[in-house]
Amino acid sequence: MEGLNIPLNHILLVSTLLFSIGMLGLMIRRNIIFILMSLEVMLNAAALAFVAAGAHWGQPDGQIIFMLILTVAAAEVAVGLGLVLQVQRRFKTLDMDSANRMRG
Amino acid sequence: MGDMIWLVPLIPMLSSILLMLGSGSLPRVIIGLLGVCSVGAAAVLTLLVGLDFLANPQPFQMTLWTWMQVGNFSPGIAFYFDGLTLVMMSVITGVGFLIHLFSTEFMEEDVSYARYFAYLNMFVAAMLVLVMADNLLLLYLGWEGVGVCSYLLVGFWYQNSANGQAARKAFVVTRIGDTAMALGLLLLFTQLGTLDIQAMMGVANEQWQVGDTLPLIACLLLLGGAVGKSAQLPLHTWLPDAMAGPTPVSALIHAATMVTAGVYLIARTNGLFLLAPTAMMIVALIGLATSLMAAFTALMQSDIKRILAYSTISQIGYMFLALGVGAWTAGIFHLMTHAFFKALLFLGSGAIIHYLHHEHDIFKMGGLRSKMPVTFWSFMIGSAALAALPMTSGFFSKDQILLQAYLQPDAGPWLWLGGLLGALLTAIYSFRLVFVVFFGEAKTQPDGDTGWRMALPLVVLCGLAMVGGYFIIPVAEVFPVASGEHPANWVEYVSISVPLMGLLLSYLIFHSGQLNVDKLVNSSLGQWLRRFWHSGWGIDWLYDRIFVRPYYRLSGIMVNEPIDAIYGLIVAINQTFNHWLAESQTGRMRWYIASMVFGLILVLTLALQISAEAL
Amino acid sequence: MLEITLFYIAATIALVATVLAMTRANAIHALIYLIVSLLAVAVIFFLIGAPFAAALEIVIYAGAIMVLFVFVIMMLNLGEEGDARERGLLQPSIWAGPTVLSLLLFAELLYMISTIEGPVSTQAVSAKEVGLALFGPYVLAVEIAAMLLLAGLVGSFHLGRRYLEREE
Repeated sequence: MEGLNIPLNHILLVSTLLFSIGMLGLMIRRNIIFILMSLEVMLNAAALAFVAAGAHWGQPDGQIIFMLILTVAAAEVAVGLGLVLQVQRRFKTLDMDSANRMRG
Repeated sequence: MGDMIWLVPLIPMLSSILLMLGSGSLPRVIIGLLGVCSVGAAAVLTLLVGLDFLANPQPFQMTLWTWMQVGNFSPGIAFYFDGLTLVMMSVITGVGFLIHLFSTEFMEEDVSYARYFAYLNMFVAAMLVLVMADNLLLLYLGWEGVGVCSYLLVGFWYQNSANGQAARKAFVVTRIGDTAMALGLLLLFTQLGTLDIQAMMGVANEQWQVGDTLPLIACLLLLGGAVGKSAQLPLHTWLPDAMAGPTPVSALIHAATMVTAGVYLIARTNGLFLLAPTAMMIVALIGLATSLMAAFTALMQSDIKRILAYSTISQIGYMFLALGVGAWTAGIFHLMTHAFFKALLFLGSGAIIHYLHHEHDIFKMGGLRSKMPVTFWSFMIGSAALAALPMTSGFFSKDQILLQAYLQPDAGPWLWLGGLLGALLTAIYSFRLVFVVFFGEAKTQPDGDTGWRMALPLVVLCGLAMVGGYFIIPVAEVFPVASGEHPANWVEYVSISVPLMGLLLSYLIFHSGQLNVDKLVNSSLGQWLRRFWHSGWGIDWLYDRIFVRPYYRLSGIMVNEPIDAIYGLIVAINQTFNHWLAESQTGRMRWYIASMVFGLILVLTLALQISAEAL
Repeated sequence: MLEITLFYIAATIALVATVLAMTRANAIHALIYLIVSLLAVAVIFFLIGAPFAAALEIVIYAGAIMVLFVFVIMMLNLGEEGDARERGLLQPSIWAGPTVLSLLLFAELLYMISTIEGPVSTQAVSAKEVGLALFGPYVLAVEIAAMLLLAGLVGSFHLGRRYLEREE
């Protein structure tokens, strides 16, 4: 498989846009499931940037970092969804603003 | 026998400690017995030691242990015993014993019976330490000890805040003098290298010449302490207020013993004062001025205890006059006789107050002669001695002072004249007291006359006030020999006749009414003088304006802690920031995320800025 | 040229699908759009010469992780009320500020990438090279990733088990 002449900064532009959209979602959504989804989008955007950079230099390191990001995403989703269950049980809602009581 | 003297202060001390610890659990009889007998035992011991000493008049020194050892400064807990010590000890324990006995009846109904005797015994112990001390530091310990006891006893009835005020005033005013004295001790130690009184005076004689500046300064500082303790101008204002304490306390502390500590101090360090003639002159002038000022004031008072208080100030003024003119023996002699007759007068007034339901105003008394005969005769004898009528004890001592004042080389006749004026006033005010209280028509009804525990001290003191003048005090060894010369005979006759004249004047004005002074008193100048003298020459008013009120005002400012405001500001700033930061901890996750993004933008901006500059 | 055209199509799909995913009220709908977005990214990976990454993207991201989401959403059974609620929350007053912040960040990132020139390498990086590097110089990272997964496993088990116990 051969990568062709796709300009690097265009790929990075896509990655940046994805990251910004994910961040926007993170900021405007209150439902914890959407928050987790936004995080996935942001992680994915970062992964895209890594892979693109790796492809630019013809090195495998970018893909390796992508795999590590994948691992992080998997672990985060596993724990995060466990938390979603707990939040639902405790507050009877997924709205994070209603779970704002801090107890030390 | 001499090696027993350490027991003399120890017994009252132990008794005091016992009374403090056992207060509340001891029965009243035991308290009274303990309080009186401890001082009685001290008196008996003093008597034994004194008889021993008179048989073989050899001063001795006794070191119990070394108090502290700092460099070459090692004051001991050491006693020195000579004629002067003996006189002082006899007065303290003897008069003290009588006053303790008197107190058992006077304080009979008081709740704090044990506390009273604990303080009183502690006072006797401290006073004994003061007069027996071999070095000035131990003397200072006793000096402060009596100050504390005086404070505690003036404020004995502390439930009344005015008494607490008086106690504080006494403490603070004497503290001014004590500070001067402490400075004097430091000066003496740095200059002479020792505080042992006998050794110190020896070194001073070798090191200093008569008229040098250093002994003058040292003497003036010591004089400051003496002036504070003995209530002389300008630190006399505490004594009239100190009458807030129980009357036997006034008799013991504020008439017979503690207030004469200043006289004792100057007499004890006479070797130093002889090196500073200027200081001697100042002592004499202070004494004379105080004695006149207080006599005028006493003339205008109506509170029986305040009259006696001003009279005490006046009489101590005489002692200072005596010391100032070098009449050491006369000064100490007057100290002793004054202790007898003033204790007598105070105890007499105590009896009156006790049986007249705490009435102090002499113009509300009257005609008590037949109802309280013991008290009446006590007052007669006491007043006669105070006025120095011939053949009483006061006559011998005061006469000596006046004659020796006349012989003072620089201003002798003037000092003598001032002293005579004081003697005239003394006679007038003391018999004014007698005439107003005991003659005339009865205005109140006493509960009866004194019981035996009050009567016995009065009778004994009456005897002492009469015959005390014939005692020969064994102080010849202590003081330099006085010149043997005598003034002209007319001086002596005048000195004798002036008190009699005072008695006559007093009789005419206050008893028979043949000499009417109303016109004089009611003139505008008379009224003004009356108010001026009544207020103690406005000195209290003056001090209040100069010292007390500015100090209160300063305290009023300081109570808000203006310095702390700086730190308070720092705290307030921190709290404000803390508040702001705490506000940001909303618990809302979107808020946190937004702030993180904002921070990220800032960091990126900075990074771009830096990389742009690097390029 | 075909690849370049494909790239732009995939990129457009990814961006649109992501925007839609972020703005849906219904969680399942959003999830579907998200999967579309991930698949589009997988296409981009494929186009820029990282076939192994593309495969992983599809298998793990679009497959395993998204299926996990689906399970949880099904388990919670959110229903119509939740959708209405979510819709009510998507007001301009809520998203205006975050949009400004996002645009700012995007502008900065854009400025940063604008300095980069040149196309991606014509030399594709094969799975073999990746594997060699992974178990060569990056073996420590693999270990750490393993630890992380283990921690995630334990954590999710702990959280989920208590949830189930309470349900009983």
